[in-house]
Amino acid sequence: MPEDPGIRVRSPLVELTLARVRELVREPEAVFWVFVFPILLAGILGLAFRSRPPEALPVAVVDGPSAAARLIALRAEPGLRPEVLAEPEARAALGRGRVVLVVQAGDPPAYTYDPTQPESRAARLAVDEALQRAAGRADAFTAGALEITEPGSRYVDFLVPGLLGMNLMGTGMWGVGFSLVVARNGKLLKRLVAAPARRSHLLAAQLLSRLIFLVPEAGALLLFACLLMGVPLRGSLLVLCGVSLLGAMAFTGLGLLTAARPRTIEGVSGIMNLVMVPMWVFSGIFFSTERFPAAIQPFIQALPLTALNDALRAVMLEGAGLAAVGSELLNLTLWGALSFAIALRIFRWQ
Amino acid sequence: MPEGALAVRCRGLVKRYGSVVAVNGLDLEVRGGECFGLLGPNGAGKTTTVEICEGLTQADAGEVFVLGETWQGDGLALRARLGVQLQETKFPERLKVREVIALFRSFYPRGRSVEETLALVQLQEKGDAFVKGLSGGQKQRLSLACALVGDPELLFLDEPTTGLDPQSRLSTWGIVEALKARGRTVLLTTHYMEEAARLCDRVAIVDHGRPIALGTPRELIASLGAEHVIEFAVEETAPAVSAETLRALPSVEGVAQEDGRWRLTVREVHRTVPALLAALAEGGAAVSHLTTHHATLEDVFVALTGRTLRDA
Repeated sequence: MPEDPGIRVRSPLVELTLARVRELVREPEAVFWVFVFPILLAGILGLAFRSRPPEALPVAVVDGPSAAARLIALRAEPGLRPEVLAEPEARAALGRGRVVLVVQAGDPPAYTYDPTQPESRAARLAVDEALQRAAGRADAFTAGALEITEPGSRYVDFLVPGLLGMNLMGTGMWGVGFSLVVARNGKLLKRLVAAPARRSHLLAAQLLSRLIFLVPEAGALLLFACLLMGVPLRGSLLVLCGVSLLGAMAFTGLGLLTAARPRTIEGVSGIMNLVMVPMWVFSGIFFSTERFPAAIQPFIQALPLTALNDALRAVMLEGAGLAAVGSELLNLTLWGALSFAIALRIFRWQ
Repeated sequence: MPEGALAVRCRGLVKRYGSVVAVNGLDLEVRGGECFGLLGPNGAGKTTTVEICEGLTQADAGEVFVLGETWQGDGLALRARLGVQLQETKFPERLKVREVIALFRSFYPRGRSVEETLALVQLQEKGDAFVKGLSGGQKQRLSLACALVGDPELLFLDEPTTGLDPQSRLSTWGIVEALKARGRTVLLTTHYMEEAARLCDRVAIVDHGRPIALGTPRELIASLGAEHVIEFAVEETAPAVSAETLRALPSVEGVAQEDGRWRLTVREVHRTVPALLAALAEGGAAVSHLTTHHATLEDVFVALTGRTLRDA
């Protein structure tokens, strides 16, 4: 048999995995969506929702005999930004939301404000207190103020684990689903089976290539978030890796399941969206799942992305160990194992 | 594979897709060392037949022996002895030619080196090119390379030159001829009669899922009883020409008509043509078209089915 002694023949599993890895790293768009996009999103959203010192509330004082004295009294209050306006301008400014409260010219004054707006209500309290005090009211006591600025409670701290979960879902599902459907559609799957590729190797290569990409994919986002944005990692890095790994496997299984039957990209895209859109909405990527009504909480808690996001947040923000996220890990294991098993049974090879 | 032993033996193959019968009781024997062609129009059941032989499609009835074995389970051991080229496989666009061949090489327990395979299909210079950048002919040769890299005892080629430009077709033919010269068994399907005539030791003409003729290309053409074909047509306004008149002309062996065009199979063109023209002139019919050619497998198909391969 002609066989060059110098030529090494690798195992089919290695070759199949290598092929997947090569395909992905040679696709600039894929590299952007997998590695760059989550970092950009974390950066932009982190910047947009960064914690700011409470802003002074803009209020208007209607011009009149006592306007000057009231202006001085209100300026003494750091939470207020008063200005003197003629009555029509003051009304217009309130209407447009440029000020949140108007102090009318009469004596005693009347306040025009919108009690349904929290800022308006806060302004009423502050303005009333400042004017009462200026009019000679003595405080019964002065309460101490203990302000909370807990690190790890910023929006970006909440966001980063959610983005990591979202990314693991997206790459697991798209990465596996698309490549399989493209291969089926182009008769490559059939050809690989005809050349004697083992079916188990074809699927295992998908899993392995996902594992390989998990490291740079999660690593890039976490490095960026922890080093540049100061997002805390309170739990152990090892536990975080374990949770990410299990999450990636669960979504690879779901990706296999969604790609088990469709013959076309359009077909698989529809199913992917059907599976992923609910999780984008309900699974607490951008805001807490607790905002949804209690009636649908069992559904939300059953979703694998909810479990993954909860577990990632618990480990990163609360320093949870493996035991503390046990139920989430069980959820991910079940999703992964079930979808994998079903995918294997119903998989269309040609 | 011992010379003369059967590489493929099919008995009574039947395959239905819904109400469509793709293969209808087909028998087939491919001998070791020969290049066997399934020739027929699109939809004749050639691909279905080959895919049943390749173990990719399950027949509804009939039996298949490939290299003396039947398809069971995943058939990995048997597959390792076969080379399979499907119609149009889309290889991953961002892989290099060399990488695709190495990938396929890894599935076979034994076989050729990547370099040797590249040379076999004349793609040495494209080894580091991406699949994306290959021409249609080069992609087809890559596909051939993947079928050859396991050094198969039996090679299946499903329409290996469909859609290729003439030059790529010639180079593919050259590769298959080189394989034949090395005594490899090939089963190919085609709807190009010149391809079957040039490459195949034996040809089965297939129509509506069953073989309607079997033999060497020479035998099949000889079965027409005449080696030449005259095709002619007369002006539409001309009086009708009768088949009896034509059959009575010297050296005519067969008469067929399709779309107002007559087709005569004749032994000697130089005797028939003057008599034909004289007969037409006598009947008052003006000739609008007249050609002659050596009989081909296409003429065999026409004689058997009354249709051309292209129209069928």
